[in-house]
Amino acid sequence: MTTQTTATIDGNEAAARIAHKLSEVVAIYPITPASPMGELADAWSLRKQTNLWGVVPDVVEMQSEAGAAGALHGSLQAGALTTTFTASQGLLLMIPNMYKIAGELSPAVIHVAARSVATHALSIFGDHSDVMATRQTGWAMLASSSVQEAHDMAVVAHLATLESRVPFLHFFDGFRTSHEVAKIDLVGDDFLRQLVDEDLISKHRERSLNPNRPVLRGTAQNPDVFFQAREASNPFYEDLPQIVSMTMERVGELTGRPHSLFEYHGDPEAEEVVVLMGSGVGAAVEAVDHLVQNGRKAGVLVVKLFRPFDTAAFEGALPESVRRIAVLDRTKEPGGVGEPLYQDVVTALSETGREADVVGGRYGLSSKEFTPAMTVGVFDHLAGDNTKRHFTVGINDDVTGLSIDYDPDVVEESEDVTRALFYGLGSDGTVGANKNSVKIIGESTPLYAQGYFVYDSKKSGSRTVSHLRISPRQIDSTYLIDKAGFVAVHQFDLLDSTDALDRAAPGATLLVNSPHGERTWERIPPRAQDKIAEKKMDVWAVDALEISRAAGLGFRTNTVLQTCFFHLTDFLPTEEAVDAIKEQIAKTYGKRGEAVVARNNEAVDQALQGLFQVEVGSIGEGKAQPLIPDVAPEFVQRVTAMMMEGSGDLLPVSALPVDGTFPTGTTRWEKRSIAHEIPIWDPSLCIDCGRCALACPHAAIRLTAYEARGDEPSGFKSKEPTGKDFEGLRVVVQVAPDDCTGCGVCVDICPARSKEVAKHKAINMEEKAIHLDVERENFSYFLDLEPVEREDVNAATVKGSQFLEPLFEFSGACAGCGETPYLKLMTQLFGDRVIVANATGCSSIYGGNLPTTPWTTNRDGRGPAWSNSLFEDNAEFGLGMRLALESQRQDAILLVTALAVELGELAERILETSTDPDRSDLDGLIETQRGQVDELKERLLSMEGPLPRRLEGVADALVETSVWIVGGDGWAYDIGFGGLDHVLASGRNLNILVLDTEVYSNTGGQASKATPRGAIAKFAAGGKPTGKKDLGQIAMSYGNVYVGQVAMGANPTQTVRAFAEAEQHEGVSLLIAYSPCIAHGIDMSTQMSHQKEATTSGYWPLYRYDPAREVEGQPGLYLDSRKPTIPFKEFASKEARFSMLHRANPEFADELMEQAQQDIDDRWHFYEQMVTIHRTAEYAEVEE
Amino acid sequence: MSVDTRVSYLGFDLAHPVMPSASPLTGDIDHIHALIEAGAPAIVLPSLFEEQIEHDAMAVHHGIELGAGAFGEAASGYLPELDDYNTGPSSYIELVRKAKAEAGIPVIASLNGVSHGGWTLYARVLEDEGVDALELNIYRVAADIEESSGHVESGYLHLVESVRSAIRIPLAVKIGPYFSSMASMAKRLSDAGADGLVLFNRFYQPDIDLEALQVRPNLVLSDSEESRLALRWIAILYGRVQADLAATTGIHTADDALKGLLAGASVTMMASALLRHGPDQLEIVRDGMVRWLEENEYESVNQARGSLSQMAVPDPAAFERANYMKTLMSYSPSW
Repeated sequence: MTTQTTATIDGNEAAARIAHKLSEVVAIYPITPASPMGELADAWSLRKQTNLWGVVPDVVEMQSEAGAAGALHGSLQAGALTTTFTASQGLLLMIPNMYKIAGELSPAVIHVAARSVATHALSIFGDHSDVMATRQTGWAMLASSSVQEAHDMAVVAHLATLESRVPFLHFFDGFRTSHEVAKIDLVGDDFLRQLVDEDLISKHRERSLNPNRPVLRGTAQNPDVFFQAREASNPFYEDLPQIVSMTMERVGELTGRPHSLFEYHGDPEAEEVVVLMGSGVGAAVEAVDHLVQNGRKAGVLVVKLFRPFDTAAFEGALPESVRRIAVLDRTKEPGGVGEPLYQDVVTALSETGREADVVGGRYGLSSKEFTPAMTVGVFDHLAGDNTKRHFTVGINDDVTGLSIDYDPDVVEESEDVTRALFYGLGSDGTVGANKNSVKIIGESTPLYAQGYFVYDSKKSGSRTVSHLRISPRQIDSTYLIDKAGFVAVHQFDLLDSTDALDRAAPGATLLVNSPHGERTWERIPPRAQDKIAEKKMDVWAVDALEISRAAGLGFRTNTVLQTCFFHLTDFLPTEEAVDAIKEQIAKTYGKRGEAVVARNNEAVDQALQGLFQVEVGSIGEGKAQPLIPDVAPEFVQRVTAMMMEGSGDLLPVSALPVDGTFPTGTTRWEKRSIAHEIPIWDPSLCIDCGRCALACPHAAIRLTAYEARGDEPSGFKSKEPTGKDFEGLRVVVQVAPDDCTGCGVCVDICPARSKEVAKHKAINMEEKAIHLDVERENFSYFLDLEPVEREDVNAATVKGSQFLEPLFEFSGACAGCGETPYLKLMTQLFGDRVIVANATGCSSIYGGNLPTTPWTTNRDGRGPAWSNSLFEDNAEFGLGMRLALESQRQDAILLVTALAVELGELAERILETSTDPDRSDLDGLIETQRGQVDELKERLLSMEGPLPRRLEGVADALVETSVWIVGGDGWAYDIGFGGLDHVLASGRNLNILVLDTEVYSNTGGQASKATPRGAIAKFAAGGKPTGKKDLGQIAMSYGNVYVGQVAMGANPTQTVRAFAEAEQHEGVSLLIAYSPCIAHGIDMSTQMSHQKEATTSGYWPLYRYDPAREVEGQPGLYLDSRKPTIPFKEFASKEARFSMLHRANPEFADELMEQAQQDIDDRWHFYEQMVTIHRTAEYAEVEE
Repeated sequence: MSVDTRVSYLGFDLAHPVMPSASPLTGDIDHIHALIEAGAPAIVLPSLFEEQIEHDAMAVHHGIELGAGAFGEAASGYLPELDDYNTGPSSYIELVRKAKAEAGIPVIASLNGVSHGGWTLYARVLEDEGVDALELNIYRVAADIEESSGHVESGYLHLVESVRSAIRIPLAVKIGPYFSSMASMAKRLSDAGADGLVLFNRFYQPDIDLEALQVRPNLVLSDSEESRLALRWIAILYGRVQADLAATTGIHTADDALKGLLAGASVTMMASALLRHGPDQLEIVRDGMVRWLEENEYESVNQARGSLSQMAVPDPAAFERANYMKTLMSYSPSW
């Protein structure tokens, strides 16, 4: 037997390595948590890494998972070995092709990082609801429970599909397995060569479409033969279990890791057995070991091959002694007799005549923790008197009483496992360092190591917790660490604001990144001091930030703290550990340049000199501040607060809405206070232009004008208005100090400078700690001021719009986000009459991810109503909203007409303003309509009969509502383009806002069709060779669509005007908004000013196409940009997405740059001609 | 009568004393060929900037790390990891290799370091790559008000000594004129191991954009006037220091080159004129120089070299204070 090599990798890589090695074509599309499989495959092929047959697999990104499945299907038909990767909604989009591929008996594999399907909410986390939705498609389904199995079962899937001709879905749990880093044995090429049967590949080729021996596949069949033909494939499914079993045996013989269709673990004479599959197996096995050691006759039956479900093999694997079975499903099938695995087990037992009581339990939905203690709870429940036929475990169901109790402390983790927890910020490199530590231990010692990483839901100021286990044996513990012997707190503030110390075991070592030196102990909050003393912890500290800064690494303290971790533990002698860390640094960073390695090595060398032990002293006095003030709404205090403090797991079922409906405006209660510096206003220089507020991605800078009251806090600043607006009032620019992320965009865009000191502007970043108390008081006072009324400003100007209240605030978007300022502006202009259809993506995450959400209300309680359907359907989703509103408006008009006699002149007024109203003064019209509807509702109260009651339900539709369809370029250019195009053609009154970051930002920067030529992105790491789609041009071709291409930082006036015109346009309007993103590799603090160069280079020309101008006989297109004045290269050289390619492959980059410049020149030339042309066709008004 | 234009610089026998100095022009192999075509007897490649290398590497590093490990859906960050970023000296080394393989004339590499070890590290790397000589391009703005001139100077000397001991190939040192005691400094640099002194370097200088009210560092091409500074110091140093002297900055015409030679330069180096007029300008300057020497009946360049150095002129003070005196006294008021 050939020696196996080990690697410390995650589950995605474990599966992808095999998939790439055994495929010729790979169709990919990004979706969390499966995206890394596609990214790796793409990167390997770019690197010319070959498959087993010496050929570089062709990895192609598609426009959606439906597209990937189509390409998969076609590739199989033409005879290639083909695979794809996906999860969740992506897998659902593949279902139609899955039926086809199975029906045609085409050997294929889809690797799935199983994830929740969106129902009442989206969730990126793991469960089996996606794979269970495909169990009827005819695909074989193979489940892996660990990183090692994700590797091994991938081999089995690729081999067995060739032999059986039945396509395979190989799945493992999203995040828990896909993102867990573990040391595994690799199946090398030599093994694969022994395992692959070349004859089977030849047979696959022989079945393919070939004009030299043509066949026809995909007929339309009729009642006479379809049924029989459907049954004709039965023998393939009958043979399949045996094929899989034999394949597992062959793989096991070579690797020494035997597997079978159903694997039993536990007492051979067990009476109670749990049946499950996926990552929960690790916890269940530990629980069974614990129970067996304590004399219980317990066992666990692990399902590997779920489809086809081999009844005989199942029965054979089950000890004869079993009397009670609990089947655990990681999915929910509302209305079903039970969940899928439960139903299969019940059916299997019935068919085999085995007698046993079977109950079904749901667990672990959306990566809910599943622990050995919960499994023990299941066994206890099974053995008890009042066993529920259907139950849940891991939650408190106080509504239907389905949940079972368990003792969380009943199982102690094994003593030979070292457990370590690391609390850090997303920006400090904690996760990266811990991944490296796992690799170091895995690769430099005989020990096994496991790393699992938990992120919070924010994109800025996010917190991370790294869970590391180290053991002399393989680690199967697939749950979070609860009691750690080593706890590192990489940010001092996290000592008190996380559960770090709660999860520390007694006597644990605590490593703190402390800037306080000898005063470290006294600076630790008393509550934390108390826990440290109580648990008799051994406390060490290092000023990692100081060392990192000195080494030129800025905030990235990872290598310093990593070195201290190895020093304070004993996995390796310190010197060896330092060498190993440096080796890993060279491996990870070496290709980026020697300086990177040298600086990290310098940090390593200095780390231990700065490490010191902290003497545990006396406990200070002090009380923790309440997380949320008692003026917050009841729901926020009762439910949201629990999620915010990390105790959401403790919320009972009754605390949650039944249908996913949540109150808006909750980010205002989550004061994250993540900025080190905040903008401080200097009224003496300010010119009231409003640009700072306009550009602020987090609505943390507010403007108002108010009448001086005399009760202002002493530090409250205001100024005389500049110009004639707001005469007699005081103008205020106020920062929300706890909501600012410190991005600095406001300062960059501020045009007002001091005459004496050029760097001093009307707004300047200053240390938050100095200003926090004053600005908190100021902001509180500011919020109490009467907001500026719409009629007092010209909302269609930058300045006017910024004095209006934003109804989108304090989101968790990245610091300096290029998208959010547009959304905020939209709410300032129209927020009180808006319904938003939001495509899945960044904007649905920072817009709708719990615990708190940014869409909010004004003082009248009005504000955007928001919903997210899917990624692919958002335009249609928004169109549906408009159809519903229009239908209700028509209904209301009919009812008002029917009740005209009773309503008298009110009916006349309503009908006048609701039937083809004059929309030239939309604000005025809406104000009038609102007044009429209020009056109408009042009148209806005193009217009897069914018509008034019906009218009450639809009266609000008499007021103009603005529907905004919002999403990113991944939606608009790729997955949702078909629907978008259809909606563009609909002529309905809809506003579409495309936040164009030119990549799939939310999933980590994969290329879309909006990605420009010459840029690198994931899935286009070699540089995108094709140009960007001109979406605006496509929309303009309809002739009746308003199109605006805007870049707020380049021309804010044009942006505001385009928004106003889009809203005014009675038909479809499309705004394409340039949205800088960290995926561009730019300094986000200057993203607004950088947009100017996007425009002056002609890369992002600004224009407005207004069909109304066509009607007047004018050319519809108006170019708001001037002719390009700088070459594209000058703009591109400032963005890493372009410049990195130039470093990596200068010749190809130059070629692409030249072509990109031609794209720009050509487009400009085309637009220049278009501005002189007007259409002659009359575009009929579309009746709604 | 034909003039013998051969000269010796850093131990190389050169066909004549007009050569290209370090500039973007010598960073491109096609341009190098054009310069050779125009008669360049040796070339100095553009500077390998350690600071730039570091900056590029760290910029790549920050770009890739930005957002990595912060958000579950984008755990690996937002930019793809590439196989090679060429942030190190590799592209420079590639240039060295090409120049060495194709030039057939002495190739002098130029180096601007920043870190303690960087100078010697890259000096060795370049020597290993086979460059014929190395020019240290030392430039730092001594802006630290706590740092004395003595400390600055000893830093220069220490640097030259370190590099000298690290390599065997000839070593030239290119410096700026901003020393309290330029003559002494030149001698000490020579004594520390510099085989040649290249006088003087030019770098970006800050400028103020009155429109944007921002400081914008830039570099404008030199003109002939700027050659005077080097002229003075070459004249003063000629015959007094061991090292060869090279005149650079402001050499645009044959007259400029001739003046440098007469003051004592072994070679004169051109950059701005070549950038402005193209590689052929080198030939024009050389031919003009030869013509002048012929017309004035010089037998060789070496005969002319240093003939108007401070040691050789009847009024040595002309290169020092007297220059000012004379100018003042020759001024005739119009009233």
